[in-house]
Formats: sequence, structure tokens, C-alpha cells
Amino acid sequence: MALLEIRGLTAEADGKKILKGVDLTVNAGEVHAIMGVNGSGKSTLANVLAGREAYKVTGGEVLYKGQDLLEMEPEERAGEGLFLAFQYPVEIPGVNNTYFLKAALNAIRKYQGQEPLDAVQFMALVKEKLKILHIDPSLLQRPVNEGFSGGEKKRNEIFQLAVLDPQLAILDETDSGLDIDAIKSVSEGVNALRSPDRAVVVVTHYQRILRYIVPDFVHVLLDGRIVLSGGKELAQKVDTEGFEWLEAQARQPALAGN
Amino acid sequence: MASMTAPVDHYSALFARRESAGLPAWLPPLQRAAHSRFAELGFPTRRDEEWRFTDIRPIAEVPFRPASGGADAGALAAEFGFGGLAQIVFVDGRYAPELSSIDELPGGAKVVPLSGALRSHAALLEPHLGRYAAFEREPFVALNTALFAEGAFLHVPRGVAMAEPIHILYLATEDGAMITPRTLIVADEGSQATVVESYAGSGTAVTFTNAVTEVAVAERAFVDHYKLQREGDRAFHIAQMKVNLKAQSVFSSHSITLGAAIARNDVTAYLGGRHIECTLNGLYLGHGSRLIDNHTAIDHAMPDCGSHEVYKGILDGRSRGVFNGKIFVREDAQKTDAKQTNRTLLLSEDAQINTKPQLEIFADDVKCTHGATVGQLNAEQLFYLRTRGIALDEARAILIYAFAGDIVNRIKVPALREAMDEIVGSRS
Repeated sequence: MALLEIRGLTAEADGKKILKGVDLTVNAGEVHAIMGVNGSGKSTLANVLAGREAYKVTGGEVLYKGQDLLEMEPEERAGEGLFLAFQYPVEIPGVNNTYFLKAALNAIRKYQGQEPLDAVQFMALVKEKLKILHIDPSLLQRPVNEGFSGGEKKRNEIFQLAVLDPQLAILDETDSGLDIDAIKSVSEGVNALRSPDRAVVVVTHYQRILRYIVPDFVHVLLDGRIVLSGGKELAQKVDTEGFEWLEAQARQPALAGN
Repeated sequence: MASMTAPVDHYSALFARRESAGLPAWLPPLQRAAHSRFAELGFPTRRDEEWRFTDIRPIAEVPFRPASGGADAGALAAEFGFGGLAQIVFVDGRYAPELSSIDELPGGAKVVPLSGALRSHAALLEPHLGRYAAFEREPFVALNTALFAEGAFLHVPRGVAMAEPIHILYLATEDGAMITPRTLIVADEGSQATVVESYAGSGTAVTFTNAVTEVAVAERAFVDHYKLQREGDRAFHIAQMKVNLKAQSVFSSHSITLGAAIARNDVTAYLGGRHIECTLNGLYLGHGSRLIDNHTAIDHAMPDCGSHEVYKGILDGRSRGVFNGKIFVREDAQKTDAKQTNRTLLLSEDAQINTKPQLEIFADDVKCTHGATVGQLNAEQLFYLRTRGIALDEARAILIYAFAGDIVNRIKVPALREAMDEIVGSRS
């Protein structure tokens, strides 16, 4: 059984059709990249999978571990092991990062029928993950994302990813706004999580991050549809030739269909 | 609508029956003058600008009377006390020595029932009592001044620093009771005190607390004041605090409103010397059909003073909030630094807040800012928390707690801060 199976997914926001029939299968152990220009629908896809209410699913289905993902609340999806690293991580003034992370981890553990971690066990886990990701421990004492630089916010997302230990991680433009050093360390964090049980979906505009998180499959999303899929070499081709040739190619069947 | 003269006559009759034997000679004339003024003013109506959003007819319509007394309030005192703090307790307006623990205060500081102090320390009270709480334009101050017979008197002599907070607890228990607490806090030069003044009541009694607190903070004195109002859901609570600050004094007030059907708090601070630091903070939690009205006034009369004000509210159900914050900066008050903020979180469609800052500035070299925000829980923040596995209810609780947290975290009395942590956590 595939970890994630998307069939004919259509979705809209504010009455505007954005996803126009997406098909995608992700198996455990795989890393997929979804590439596309702004407005192609790639962030919408990531957010629909995480359960953002602003997007209305109008058709198709999404099976996650064989269950209907779209029926689940966002917190249930997290409990089932789905994690979205936000393109724009949200600042939450007044909520301490450690407190937040412990509440999140124990909520997920509870969902999965595990005992909550006590403060000592939790801090041991956190310290181990901080070390792997080269994150400054002072970040833990600050309110969630408040006043963080762009790079710190993205690192904090990957740090959460490491602590919450999901089965399916979706990275929504985690590379945007990051310099190459930050991309490297974020990528290291993601690579450390790669395992036969887990899958990663990297949503990105650029090929850059895919040099460090090397995908097994690359898909090009254009105007709400996946128009081309291939191996990691496709990312290179998109990078050198741009998206234009794909757009031209994609227009032809549409013309023929009319 | 009931005639508004009937309640005035009702309270005049109570005034006529009050005991004045044994009072110092200067007090009865003050009380008579206050009564006359109340009789002229009557209860305020919504035509009065200061009461525009707060209709007190539900209070005026009930013929409240002094409690008959005899209530056993031991359980309530335990519920609303703070273990370990010295406390002076009043039940329905009467001093309850058996519930109080005020014997040993350091350095000659004392907290005593006002009725006794009027007889034993009249000379110490005379320069202060009734000097700050002007009643000319304030009917509830006039009514309190006319009728008060009891309350708490805290005196901290010159240079004495009280390490431990004092808890003044007024309990309202008897249905139909009018309670008229009068609190006087006098901090002499260079002294230091922390006071928790709290008002609490049992669930169902319809009571009317009409409180006046006067605070005199002398030169270089520090007073940290907390007011905590946890009266029952059917109680009416009107309270006025008048603070007089002298040069280089530091005063802070935290006013926390959690109870009563109608709660009105007026806090007025007069900054009458240079280099004064005045903080007025507030937190109000409303649900059901509670009405919470906070009026504050900060009067900068002299140069080089700072005032800092943050009032935050969380309103649910059909509750309503009112915030009116006045800052006066007089002509002489150059280099004033005044900042005021009111933020309200509305948790339901029907909750509402009327907020109004009023700055009147007559000096030209000052820094004054104010801001008011009204909002709902942030949908992005909720979604973010939920994508991390935190269920909707808990996510809401976390955000509500975070909103109130910057007031709660400023509370320097650990027992009070812990109690507030629990209350804010469980309400949300």
C-alpha cells in the first residue's frame, strides 16, 4: 500500500480553481520533489494535504495509509504522522517554543496511544535533535518564531520535524529566502530523517535544494496539474531550461482537447 | 422605568439610621456633605458621558441594605485566601477577626480595621481619608463616603519595607446586602508595600459592593497593588481607586476582573511630583452576560514622570467590555512619557467591547502613545498549532493563555500569579 495516494484532486480558493486534477503516489522510503512556478498550485497542494480550511476540495481523493485523509482534522493528520513544514512559519507571541513543542509531541504521542514524555525525557530528546541540526539552544526559550530571522524560522520547522518524527514530511518551499549555508543545514536535517519507513515531499520553485536533498522522483506541477514526472535528472533539466518549454508542451493537448 | 428618586430616598434612609458615636469630629461633616451630594446627583444614567455604556439600573432597582450579619464565611475565606499571606478579612462589610491574621507586621507597619483606626489613630487618618476620593462629580464615591463604616487601613511608616504582601479580602455573601468597603493605604516616605485587595463572593447571592480605595504614596515610596475581583455571577461591583503619588515614588496597579454581573472599576492616579513611575495594568475575563467597565485616569501634573498602562480583556458569550483610559498631561508636565494600550480578544460573535482612549496634552515636550486593538483568535496560529497535533480546544487555550500571559507574568506575588495561571488556563 502506498503511503500517500492522490487521485484526481481538485481544489479551489476564493472561488478560483487552483488544483485541476492532481495524481501522485508516494511510497514509504521515497523522496519526491514537486516543482513549479508561482501560482502553479504547489503550495495549495501542500496546504490541502495538511488540512488548511481556506482551500476547498472540490473533487478527487487522497488516501494516506489507506485512510481518507481529507476527512481528518489537521491535528488528526499530525497524529497519523503527517507533517507540513510551512513556507511562512507562524509567529506565536507569548508561547514558549519548548512548551509548544512538548505540547505538540505529547498530543501526538497521546493520539498514537503512547505515554507522554516527562520534562526530563523531553529535554533529552530535544538536546539530541538540537545537536544533529546545529541549532542554538537559546531558540528553545523564545516564543514560537517571534522575531526569528527567515533562516531561524525554517530551521525551527525542521527542528520540529525532527522532534515530532513524522512518517510523511511535506516541505513547502523550505528553501525560499535561505542562503546556501542555511539550505545545506536544513537539508542535512531532512536527510538525517530519511529512512525506509518515511517519505518526504519537497515542494520548491528551484532546483537548488534538490542538490542536497536528492529526490527519487521529480514532478512538475503546472496550472494545477502534474504535467511531467521523472527522476532526479528532471530537476536539472528544469533548472537549466526553465519551465517555459513545459508550458508550451502542456498547452498542446489542451488545444487539441478543445 | 423605575423612578430614580426612589433609590436615592432608600439610601438616604440608610444614611439617617447610621451610627456615628465615637467617630472623630471631622468625619461626620464629611459624610453629611457626601450624602447631600449623592442626594443631588442620584445614580448616574447613560446620558452621563462616564456611564455611557454601563446601565446601572439593575443596581438602582434593588433596595440593597446593610447585611444582617452572622454569615459563616470560613469556607469562602479559605477558598479565596492565599495560604501564607497575612490577611485581613471582612464578611459582608464586617471585620472578621477569626478569619484574619494581622498581628505581626514588621517595623511598626499595621493593617487594622478602619472602624478601630478611626477611634485609635484618627490623627493619622485625617490628612488622608476622603482627601483623594473627591465625590463632587462621582455619585458612587459620594454614596460610599456617606455610608462607609468599615474597611481596611494599612499604614507603612517611613523607611519600612514590608517583605511580604498583605491580603485584604472583602467577601460578599448575603443576598440583598449592600457592602461599602473603604480602604486606605498610606505609605510614608521611602517605605515599601505590596497589597492584594480582593473581592470575592458566593455563587448566587445578589450583592452590591460599592468600594472606595484611597492610596497615598509619599516621596520615594514603592507600592505594588493588586486588585482581584472574584464576586459571584449575580453580584454588582462598583469600585473606585484614587491614588496620590509624590515625587520619586513608584506605584503599580494590576486590576483583575473575573466576577460580578456588572463590574465597574475606576482607577485614578494623580502624579503630583517629579520622577514618578506609575503603572496601571488590567486583565478582564467575561463570559455569560457580564459587563466589565474599566475607567482609568492618569494625571501628569509635574515633569519627568512616566506612566505605563496595559489593559487586556478576553470576552466570551454575550459579555461586554468597556475601556476608557484618560491621560492628562498638564502644562508643567514636560518630559512626560506616557504609554497606554488596550487589547481585547473576542471569543464569540456576541461579545463586544467599547474602547476609548482620551489624551489631553497641554505640555509640548512629551511622549504619549496609545493604541487599542480588538480581535479574535488568530486563525493562522490556530492552524499552525493544529498541524503540530494540538487539538482545537487546546490550541485555543494556548493562545488565550498567551494573550493574558503578559499581564499574568507581571504579577510579582507568586501565590496570586499561580492562582491566575490556573484561572486563565481553566477559563479558556
